[in-house]
Amino acid sequence: MKNLFSTSIGKKFAMAISAIFLMIFLLQHFIINITSVFSEDIFNMLSHFMGTNFLVQFILQPILIAGVLFHFIMGFYLEIQNRKAAKYEYQKEKGSANSTWMSRNMITSGLVILAFLVLHFIDFWVPEMNHKYIEFLPEDPNRYFKHLVHKFENPLRVAMYCLAFVLLALHLLHGFTSSLRSMGTNKRYVASAKTAGIIYSIGIPLGFCVIAIFHYLNQ
Amino acid sequence: MTNSKNGFSKILKSNVPDGPIDKKWTSHKNKINLVSPANKRNLDVIVVGTGLAGGSAAATLAELGYNVKAFCFQDSPRRAHSIAAQGGINAAKNYQGDGDSVYRLFYDTVKGGDYRSREENVYRLAEVSANIIDQCVAQGVPFARDYGGLLDNRSFGGVLVSRTFYAKGQTGQQLLLGAYSAMNRQIARGKIKMYNRHEMLDIVLVDGKARGIIARNLVTGEIERHSAHAVVLGSGGYGNVFYLSTNAMGSNVTAAWKAHKRGAFFANPCFTQIHPTCIPVSGDHQSKLTLMSESLRNDGRIWVPKNKKDAEAVREGSLSPTEIPEENRDYFLERRYPAFGNLVPRDVASRAAKERCDAGFGVNKTGEAVYLDFASAIIRYGKEQALVNGQDDSDNELVQKLGKEVVKKKYGNLFQMYEKIVDQNPYETPMMIYPAVHYTMGGVWVDYNLMTTVPGLYAIGEANFSDHGSNRLGASALMQGLADGYFVLPYTIGDYLSKDISTGPIPNDSKEFLSAEKEVKEKIEFFVSNNGSKSVDYFHKKLGKIMWNKCGMARTKETLKEAIDDISSLRKEFYKDVKVPGFSDQFNEELAKAGRVSDFLELGELFAKDALQREESCGGHFREEYQTPEGEAKRRKEFQYVSAWEYKGEPKDAELHKEKLVYHNIEVKERSYK
Amino acid sequence: MKLKLKIWRQKNSESKGKIIDYDIENISPDMSFLEMLDVLNADLISKDEDPVSFDHDCREGICGSCSLFINGQAHGPDRLVTTCQLHMRKFKDGDTIYIEPFRAKAFPVIKDLVVDRSAFDRIQHAGGYISVNTSGNTQDANSIPINKDDADSAFDAATCIGCGACVAACKNSSAMLFVGAKVSQYSLLPQGQTEASRRVVNMVNQMDLEGFGNCSNTGACEVECPKGISLDNIARMNRELLKASVKK
Repeated sequence: MKNLFSTSIGKKFAMAISAIFLMIFLLQHFIINITSVFSEDIFNMLSHFMGTNFLVQFILQPILIAGVLFHFIMGFYLEIQNRKAAKYEYQKEKGSANSTWMSRNMITSGLVILAFLVLHFIDFWVPEMNHKYIEFLPEDPNRYFKHLVHKFENPLRVAMYCLAFVLLALHLLHGFTSSLRSMGTNKRYVASAKTAGIIYSIGIPLGFCVIAIFHYLNQ
Repeated sequence: MTNSKNGFSKILKSNVPDGPIDKKWTSHKNKINLVSPANKRNLDVIVVGTGLAGGSAAATLAELGYNVKAFCFQDSPRRAHSIAAQGGINAAKNYQGDGDSVYRLFYDTVKGGDYRSREENVYRLAEVSANIIDQCVAQGVPFARDYGGLLDNRSFGGVLVSRTFYAKGQTGQQLLLGAYSAMNRQIARGKIKMYNRHEMLDIVLVDGKARGIIARNLVTGEIERHSAHAVVLGSGGYGNVFYLSTNAMGSNVTAAWKAHKRGAFFANPCFTQIHPTCIPVSGDHQSKLTLMSESLRNDGRIWVPKNKKDAEAVREGSLSPTEIPEENRDYFLERRYPAFGNLVPRDVASRAAKERCDAGFGVNKTGEAVYLDFASAIIRYGKEQALVNGQDDSDNELVQKLGKEVVKKKYGNLFQMYEKIVDQNPYETPMMIYPAVHYTMGGVWVDYNLMTTVPGLYAIGEANFSDHGSNRLGASALMQGLADGYFVLPYTIGDYLSKDISTGPIPNDSKEFLSAEKEVKEKIEFFVSNNGSKSVDYFHKKLGKIMWNKCGMARTKETLKEAIDDISSLRKEFYKDVKVPGFSDQFNEELAKAGRVSDFLELGELFAKDALQREESCGGHFREEYQTPEGEAKRRKEFQYVSAWEYKGEPKDAELHKEKLVYHNIEVKERSYK
Repeated sequence: MKLKLKIWRQKNSESKGKIIDYDIENISPDMSFLEMLDVLNADLISKDEDPVSFDHDCREGICGSCSLFINGQAHGPDRLVTTCQLHMRKFKDGDTIYIEPFRAKAFPVIKDLVVDRSAFDRIQHAGGYISVNTSGNTQDANSIPINKDDADSAFDAATCIGCGACVAACKNSSAMLFVGAKVSQYSLLPQGQTEASRRVVNMVNQMDLEGFGNCSNTGACEVECPKGISLDNIARMNRELLKASVKK
């Protein structure tokens, strides 16, 4: 197994595993957030649980952060390696003739998502950490919803979020089946997973957009 | 005197072993000398060419333990032109239970070759044919299989059984990749040293034995001397002497011709196969011709319009072939040869097509094409499939759809290729085909052990002359190449090398090597500093025209005599006026081409001379003076020999040696496919 | 037809190349692309200029010699053909055509449009074979029936002609379609099973050593492959490598 990850295929296998892990996280994140559209209480309850549960905070959260970091670092590393392998540029190249924009520009969509994550961390994660572990402020189980709604007052922020979600959708549209292939999935399963992939890749980012716009409109 | 009183050569020794024909090979293998594994390590063998013959020989020799140096001019051994063979490979497996046997394959091959091959070689070929299939399957060659998981067969021209194994339309590529994979294994072990993009430019004889070659590195232009204890030529055929042929652009006679100039006799140069199913020439710009597998004749029906008026209208473009009613079509092969129909041997099919076109029934713009029609096969398969599916077999649309699907499965890649080149859809309108030069049965003369008249120099595959007589049957070239390389040469060469076990390494700086190297360098320098005015292609095209018009499908005494003179003067003009741009110390394709064409210009003359002396018609060699009243080839008993030519300076001065062909195991009779 | 050609010219592997413009006339739509270049070269030779070097041999789409990146695509705009079978009828009078060599770090240019693809050979040396000697005594070819679907899939993978279009078309210069096809051919056949693990590990290692990039599943290779080799072969290779690693 050790040798596996020194090969190119092993690296993209690792990339795929981290991608699938992140996609599962994203689904979970979405399910919690979408409750904010229907019920302030459920959202607060779930957020409070996630924010205070020991397992989530001290085991899952570090794993998640490691996963995110790994996915980004590996992504950059592979991009650099691939650019080295393809170091000569064509004078004329017609990529659109044989592949989709999103498949060729995973690094671009990835970078936009990374930028978004920075914003997102500043918006939510940093205050959260500050609240709990630096200033040790008292826990109010009903603070989460207010904080969320407050963040979507600014239309610029909403627009930035939505733009990031469009890129996320593009990233997922290629990434979903790509990760399956990288893991060596049999073509029968790839074919049947394709539709699920499209639903997931469009549905989740669209849902996030809906949440952001919903809260903006309901100020 | 090298010839005896009755005209047959005293110096040509075929070295055929004694005994009954079906025991000869086994007993020969039992009697010849072997080399011990420890000694094989000290023996070097050079293999020139990495097609089916050269590649399989290199791999097998290396497996046995010899140190092999293999050379190819392509950038990888996998690209040798064997790769382009489409249809299949014959083997006497009798998997179909249709009465096939070693004898029958032997019989068909000798008969198909119009009784101009050495029967013992052919028998051995048939004998080892079954091993080839076993070997290739073990190597992972993906032959076509039926739903039971067993190997599928099809039928090819000139035979009445299904013995052809195939891998869709690219059997050659799959077999070559098999041999290439066997080579790769030996390259990885260091037993084969592979020289890609190297061209052999001379053979070096030391004390009368072949001891090495001079080769040019085509990338750097460097001239290299390589020594070995024996040299094997698997360098293919010389069809490109016609300029337009189905051979690859780089296919050439240089290795074989240099061997000839160093003393190897060249046998039956005029025996050339003109393949009936090629895509017709479309214009002067054409650089090569494309073959459509003969397997198409299993299902396609060949015809021309019955009325000249229709043919003219088709040529003008005012009439489409699908508009010509059934009764106005002349299925000339079915008409002339009811027993074999569209599956007559290649020479017969080609000549019949030429006859119709010459008579004014040709169908494309140039008048040099006949139709190959799948309409009735589509209906036949469609009906069959409808019945299998339990659907209505009288529904015309459904039958057409199902039939096209079946035809697509069988020949899809060929149909696609045709459509790309001709821009017509062969599912809807009949294909147009015309004969083209495809394979050369002639080649370097070899004995039963595949050794040429130069000790230590061997020739295998298409480069030698032995197995196909004056006409090769479809799917037999792959068989011969692999038989020679896998199963014959590796044994027989041991007999020769057993005498070399204490020779030690052959030095490559002896005076023989140095002088051969000097000659090669001088010729190269001559080309790049010639300052002529015409390109190499100009001369090659001119040579091709002479060959096709005067030594092509129909030859006469007059045209052949003209050809000899024409080629001779063209060669003089070539040396005076050829222009080779660039330098000798660089990648220079024009320079490589110049060398090849200079050899074609000599071979072409010998070709014509050979055709002139052979006053008979047989197989691919058709002299108009010698035909039956029905226009079939007329063989003559007094020409039942191999013409082996010894180099004596100018090609036209070559000396003829005759190897008598004796048939003990097959009755020589008029070849009939009626 | 009249055309404007923009061709990559490079003297040798060391020198720096550049695009040179050529005008060419009297091109017939029935010509193949390489025949068009023949016309150009004849013209260059007559003008005492260095003809354009390009790899080619069989000119019937099977030897895999010809390459060329034409107007931004490997083997040009047509599908399922090699450059030698691309015909000029795919272009219009007055078109400008860019002609470049197949590009990759692992495919250094030898001269003009000729590149060195021997990296493919070396990958094959590493394991592209079944270890069987030529004895003439192997078992009968029909002794192991092979499921037709597997036999057909093995054949489809084996149709690869090793031209390198997959590498040229890939934005990462990845050779995984090529290697995947070879690994698949053998792994689908019972004869290839015995050394399947060793083969895939060795071939992948060699592929990495040669400096090919990684696969990001854009699928460009599959589209540009003149033989239509499927991306599934890459997934199968990934699977085989994972299997081999677990086994170890």
